[in-house]
Amino acid sequence: MIDIVTALLMAAVLAGTPLLLGALGEILTEKSGNLNLGVEGMMFMGAITGLIGSYCYEQALTAAGIVPNGVISALVALTVSFLAGAFGALIYAFLTITLRANQNVTGLILTIFGTGFGNFFGEYFGLAAGGYVAVSSVTKAAFSPLHIPLLSEIPILGKLLFQYNWMVYFAIALALGMFWFFRVSRFGLNLRAVGEDPAAADAAGINVSRYRYLATVIGGGICGIGGMYMSMVTTSGVWVHGCVTGYGWLAVALVIFATWSPLRGILVAIIFGGLMIMRMYVSIPGLPAQIYDMVPYVATILVLIITSVRQSKEHAMPAGCGLNYFREER
Amino acid sequence: MSVPARQKREPLVRMVKRDDISSRRAWSYRALAFVAALATGGLLILILGHNPLFVYRDMVVGSWGSPTVIKETIKLAIPLLICALGLALAFKMKFWNIGGEGQIIVGALAAGYFGFFMADFLSRPLLIAVMLLAAIVAGGIYGLIPAFFKAKWNTNETLFTLMLNYVALAVIKYLMNGPWKAPGSSFPKMPMLVPGGRLTQILGVHWGWILALVLVLVAWFYFNRTKQGYEISVVGASENTARYAGMNVGRVIMRTMFLSGALCGIVGFLQFSGADYTIAEGIAGGVGFTAITVAWLAKMNPFGMLAVSVFIAMLERGSNTIQTIYKIPASASSLLIGIILFFMLGCEFFITYRLVFRGSASPGRAGGGGGDGGASTSSDSASPGQTDRQKREESA
Repeated sequence: MIDIVTALLMAAVLAGTPLLLGALGEILTEKSGNLNLGVEGMMFMGAITGLIGSYCYEQALTAAGIVPNGVISALVALTVSFLAGAFGALIYAFLTITLRANQNVTGLILTIFGTGFGNFFGEYFGLAAGGYVAVSSVTKAAFSPLHIPLLSEIPILGKLLFQYNWMVYFAIALALGMFWFFRVSRFGLNLRAVGEDPAAADAAGINVSRYRYLATVIGGGICGIGGMYMSMVTTSGVWVHGCVTGYGWLAVALVIFATWSPLRGILVAIIFGGLMIMRMYVSIPGLPAQIYDMVPYVATILVLIITSVRQSKEHAMPAGCGLNYFREER
Repeated sequence: MSVPARQKREPLVRMVKRDDISSRRAWSYRALAFVAALATGGLLILILGHNPLFVYRDMVVGSWGSPTVIKETIKLAIPLLICALGLALAFKMKFWNIGGEGQIIVGALAAGYFGFFMADFLSRPLLIAVMLLAAIVAGGIYGLIPAFFKAKWNTNETLFTLMLNYVALAVIKYLMNGPWKAPGSSFPKMPMLVPGGRLTQILGVHWGWILALVLVLVAWFYFNRTKQGYEISVVGASENTARYAGMNVGRVIMRTMFLSGALCGIVGFLQFSGADYTIAEGIAGGVGFTAITVAWLAKMNPFGMLAVSVFIAMLERGSNTIQTIYKIPASASSLLIGIILFFMLGCEFFITYRLVFRGSASPGRAGGGGGDGGASTSSDSASPGQTDRQKREESA
């Protein structure tokens, strides 16, 4: 019994991590007042570029007769996927902040664009590589579960806490860092002011555009890293057509369910991850497996309704979110 | 404050709202943006090792070159157009209905219930009428749910409608695997619609295209010539004004969202009984999302939506052709559509605003002094004269 529960929890954490990364990127973006619905697009962009980055690094070194290093390969994937996600977010930021385009429409176009970007280059490099793109075992090893001496060997706890791949710890550290950033740091508080009431923030001397640009671009980069997790860990370094489909929107749902808090995000990511893999572990007689697919979204809707009925400002979307700030129209 | 210091603070570029722009100029900007988008896409094609001109030519030929492909293109445009008309209803009152996808699915499922299980009891015209009606009611109710919460508690409709898409998708998956699974099939899929439930073809395409054209006219009339259309515009412009004028805002929101969802429901019915003849996860196929950009780019003008939806259908059909000719993956269409939409969205800015560069002659109405207008930061030292000038610029 304990074995099953441990296995379930571990699988939930592994499945929830890309959602957590996508949600953290979106929380940062939304806290600045930009509702970027392009999460799925940016995750797709990060997923394909991270994979191709590692692939090209390996190919280049193998061609030169040097054995590729797994850690460097992982770092390449991390950097490239961040840059790709940030690039997608930059397009969004330029259009909505500078050119004042509608946020919803821009975000949806970014999703169309990013999905096309990921699948297009996935197929293109697949054809070029003769079938499909896949990274070698060196890179795969860099994304496999860690083995920390002593800690990983603790019975049960070691398995539950210290045997994940490095990206899981990366995501949790990021969530903790963001919690601190929003609660304590001056920049974080300023950013929240920008998202809640840009006019007031502007009057207080905060550069609204700069904050929105930075938060959106960095947030997009984090979404890109979340996408890279999909292609490197979930599909084990092989490009699967449409591998991110649906996850980006689930990340958007996660942001709402976690009521825009990075810390609650960790918990909700494990719950969502658990719901995704539950059908493989727990089958309740008479309950169709597709119910598990529906639960995250229904639960999110309930959270939306409850927070609006209670008019809870603390647990609601930042008040300025979804609206562009025009100083002239103050 | 000294004059040089002030000039230093003047931003390199600042934007001024245009008073008006001739429609010829606006269209030339749009054309320019379109060419720039094609050039960006062309660059990509060039990097892939093909001649962009040939590829674009084959895309056009692949979507308009023969009666067969023209029919395919029109078949793609019908759902986009009707869905965009429905979404525009909601967008006009600034209600962000991102749930077209879910409303399409629900409409298809409602039609599917009668198509799969009642086909033996109803005559053909009656069956089609019942299926259409069921789709309208189901789609409308699915649109009504978020509208109810919006009207009552101001629940965020963007996120609500978005989540409903995935709830509907899960329902399809459930029905496909369980109650509605095709008998004798080992693969989870729904049965095919009996021929009696399929739409008649007129000029080679199911009659949905006639319905779509009629709906364009109806939508135009509804938006511009009816009391309800007027109420939608007022609620969109200012809810407080609408309330002050004695309109029941909640009722307008719910009524409009029912219509919006109903139109999306019709799309579901047409896709089911005119194109796919069965229901699978891809029945909506992203139409609910793409239609949002169609409505927006057409600025909620029904005739504009007709043009934009045909154009996007052409891109989608054309990409299939270039995949077979040049081995360019079909996903290129999403990429290209994304690029074109980005450019078209961006160019609207230049139609609404004009840029004034530092050092260039200041606009006459700003008083000609220094040009330190509304775009500079930290206006703590603003003189009364300056605020005056800002005011004039705002009102202009």
